Amino acid sequence: MRVEFLYWEDCPSYAQALLRLREVVAEEGINSEVEVIRVDTEDQAQQLRFLGSPTIRFDDVDMAPPVDQSYGLSCRVYLTDDGRVTPLPSKEMIRRALRSAVRTREV
Amino acid sequence: MPLALQSRLIPFSLKGTDGRTLRPEDFAEAKVFGVIFTCNHCPYARAWEDRLIRVQRDYANRGVRFILINSNDPVKVPDDSFDQMKVRAQAKAYPFPYVFDDTQEVAKAYGATRTPEIFLFDESRTLRYHGAPDDNYEDPAAVRHQYLRDALDALLAGSTPPTPETKAVGCTIKWK
Repeated sequence: MRVEFLYWEDCPSYAQALLRLREVVAEEGINSEVEVIRVDTEDQAQQLRFLGSPTIRFDDVDMAPPVDQSYGLSCRVYLTDDGRVTPLPSKEMIRRALRSAVRTREV
Repeated sequence: MPLALQSRLIPFSLKGTDGRTLRPEDFAEAKVFGVIFTCNHCPYARAWEDRLIRVQRDYANRGVRFILINSNDPVKVPDDSFDQMKVRAQAKAYPFPYVFDDTQEVAKAYGATRTPEIFLFDESRTLRYHGAPDDNYEDPAAVRHQYLRDALDALLAGSTPPTPETKAVGCTIKWK
């Protein structure tokens, strides 16, 4: 499985998000390296379909596709299960998306 | 560099979402005055937004007043335009004024770089706390250090905030 982690250094939670992603990938027994991609420019953001920092994709599918898919250098908004805004996806959010990607591969 | 602790408040005059132009002198009665750089779009600002509203409401009767300043370039971030500020202030029923620093001179004068970033002044308008609202943007239930509330309690009691300065955590201010 391809696991991508895209980030913009201006958003301070990326290191914590990467740590969570690596932990979830390991805990779920996925034998994949996390591809870490730093995004520095608006041009790169467009080319890489960067929805904000951090962006996590499994097999090229965003872990939480937003309604408004605009690409650019920004810090990304995630919504918790109880509707709060957070810049940092929880491990459970990442885990759910990863399991969904695994199921898609198995179909 | 951000404004140093013990510095005097830097004057400004900025237009608010209610159409009024506000200056720090308009808050002369406040025992503690908070100048808070924030914006609409940033997830850190939004994560802390309800907590700032709650703090303002909790401390309003004790002479605490905040003013929120958006200094972001709306060309780079359309969600942070003055019109969008009006929408947000109304939607969230802000208990504090929300003003637009369209020249970005106020943010530069204060040395603000992040949203949110708090500059808290005492009754003599001396800077006594600078930094983040608390130590956990992600989960209000997991906060261990209430930096802003602790600073307010200390200042209202005539003492020094237990943690006068913390790292401001958030999105960078989007400069023109």
